[in-house]
Amino acid sequence: MKQKFDIISSTCVPLPLENVDTDQIIPARFLKATTREESFFGENLFRDWRYNPDGSLNKDFVLNDPTYSGEILVAGKNFGSGSSREHAAWAIAGYGFRVVISSFFADIHKNNELNNFVLPVVVSEEFLAELFKSIKENPKTIVEVDLPNQTVTNKATGKSEKFEINGYKKYCLMNALDDIDFLLENKEKTEAWENKANA
Amino acid sequence: MANTLFDKIWDQHVVQHVEDGPEQLYIDRLYCHEVTSPQAFAGMRARGIKCFRPEKIFCMPDHNTPTHDQDKPIEDPVSKTQVDTLAKNAEEFGLNHFGMLNPKNGIIHVVGPERGLSLPGMTIVCGDSHTSTHGAMGAVAFGIGTSEVEMVMASQCILQQKPKSMRINIEGVLGKDVTAKDIALYLMSKLTTSGATGYFVEYAGSAVRNLSMEGRLTLCNLSIEMGARGGFIAPDEKTFEYIKGREYAPKGEDWEKAVEYWKTLKSGEDAVFDKELTFKAEDIEPMVTYGTNPGMGMGITQEIPSLDSIPEAGKASFLKSLDYMGFKPGQKILGTPVDYVFLGACTNGRIEDFRAFASIVKGKKKAEGVTAWLVPGSWMVLDQIKEEGLDKVLEEAGFEIRQPGCSACLAMNDDKIPAGKLAVSTSNRNFEGRQGPGARTVLASPLTAAAAAVTGVITDPRTLN
Repeated sequence: MKQKFDIISSTCVPLPLENVDTDQIIPARFLKATTREESFFGENLFRDWRYNPDGSLNKDFVLNDPTYSGEILVAGKNFGSGSSREHAAWAIAGYGFRVVISSFFADIHKNNELNNFVLPVVVSEEFLAELFKSIKENPKTIVEVDLPNQTVTNKATGKSEKFEINGYKKYCLMNALDDIDFLLENKEKTEAWENKANA
Repeated sequence: MANTLFDKIWDQHVVQHVEDGPEQLYIDRLYCHEVTSPQAFAGMRARGIKCFRPEKIFCMPDHNTPTHDQDKPIEDPVSKTQVDTLAKNAEEFGLNHFGMLNPKNGIIHVVGPERGLSLPGMTIVCGDSHTSTHGAMGAVAFGIGTSEVEMVMASQCILQQKPKSMRINIEGVLGKDVTAKDIALYLMSKLTTSGATGYFVEYAGSAVRNLSMEGRLTLCNLSIEMGARGGFIAPDEKTFEYIKGREYAPKGEDWEKAVEYWKTLKSGEDAVFDKELTFKAEDIEPMVTYGTNPGMGMGITQEIPSLDSIPEAGKASFLKSLDYMGFKPGQKILGTPVDYVFLGACTNGRIEDFRAFASIVKGKKKAEGVTAWLVPGSWMVLDQIKEEGLDKVLEEAGFEIRQPGCSACLAMNDDKIPAGKLAVSTSNRNFEGRQGPGARTVLASPLTAAAAAVTGVITDPRTLN
């Protein structure tokens, strides 16, 4: 969903597993939708981890634990690997997350998050390990993600890190603009390229 | 000057550098399947725009297609809607569409190369991570999300940060029964599923050169499983020979001109890669996976790593994974009973894969208790299976050949491995629930899958022929 991004201060939902693939974020059987209702995908975020095979809630899974809530998902390294399905980003956004923090993201999923106004924040392994520790000790730990200044701060320890994002994408997020708007404005350049290539 | 082939193709396609941002990259070919395109078409409709270059877009359903009775309506109404929606969208936007039962239909990554649609030097994208497959033709091909599919529909361009370049050399001669699939599983086991993230990989070295085109397609297909944006192989005589005469390939004078250009598509002698790795072909065994990501693989005679050998931050994931698979750290998996065998997918659904499978099962019988699904990647592959008489060999051994589609690779149609059952699969992912909720997947080559199919247990194919 197009929405302006600025500073987000929130508690976090911790998922200290590595290599969380997009098949887990949203299983293939939920990809048959032909529309983009984020609420549908959000309801099925981590479906097979959230529910037992008999359909009952898996109380051990973090999304079912009322201790943890917030707009920030904190995950182990290599988050979003595997399938390119953008439905994974729709599910994350649909559930209500606006930021995902990890020490490493898979390429395609990272782009998909950005294209859906969810901010992937890459932090160091040390920062991530300490953040998991802070959240475990105090589930009310607040993290501040400041896009204009490109900083992420663990309010429990006061530790802060800079994160990377290119200037163009940052501008898009802060002004709720998407890449298609940009490409449509640049059609003349595309045609010029085609003319040159066909010459 | 980097002077890599990747740079040459990429840079040639750059329309502009966006200030402090990505590059606007021109796309020669967009493939669309039914799963990741409907929302892109809906977006186009909402903006009230047409496809910028409809003739460069090819659509076909593959994920939801049943692998039997394709002449009857699809039973699952949701699958049917998705397949029908693609046909309607292609019609409305004036795009090429190979629907079910069209002799050109099949898995998009099998059809593109076999119809001569994917050519050297092209930029190719699809809303599917296995788009890297087309890299085997000497193209820069990569998977994208649905928003990006919409970008290409709208402008024939995509905004993309240029990845770094990596060259992986496999030198030497592959051992008996070691295939392109085993090379890929070996690389993932060494590099992990994130070892090539951020990179575009060029595969090179004598063992890669010596692969058939089918083998190269398998190797490039799996690039994403080590995190790479894509993977490709510089085109050579073998590539040109494969493309020549195919339906959409250039003909006559255009062909001569094309080949002349394609011959220039190689990395320079002085090319500098951001990363370069070299492996010995002789070190690679037939491979199997034991866990729930494709990087959790080992030689078929090896043991699963012990818990001590796993770094602290990875222990929880490792144990969760083995618990799901029903394996223990340190154990061998040779001899483990097998319930299902799947031959197919964009990874191993080509003619050579069926030849390999048939070579093992010829004169033997399918083990009792094993359910085997043999799914060709396209109607063209199925035709060739029949032409070569492989269907007879397989039928005599107790195997049935199904109709083409993605099938049990991700179980979006009816081909689901039941919960708890163990499948030896030639597909590309062993993620939890990938082949059906609760299904347990061991990834392997067609030879290893065939060995399991006739013995009923995980078996080293080298011991059978």
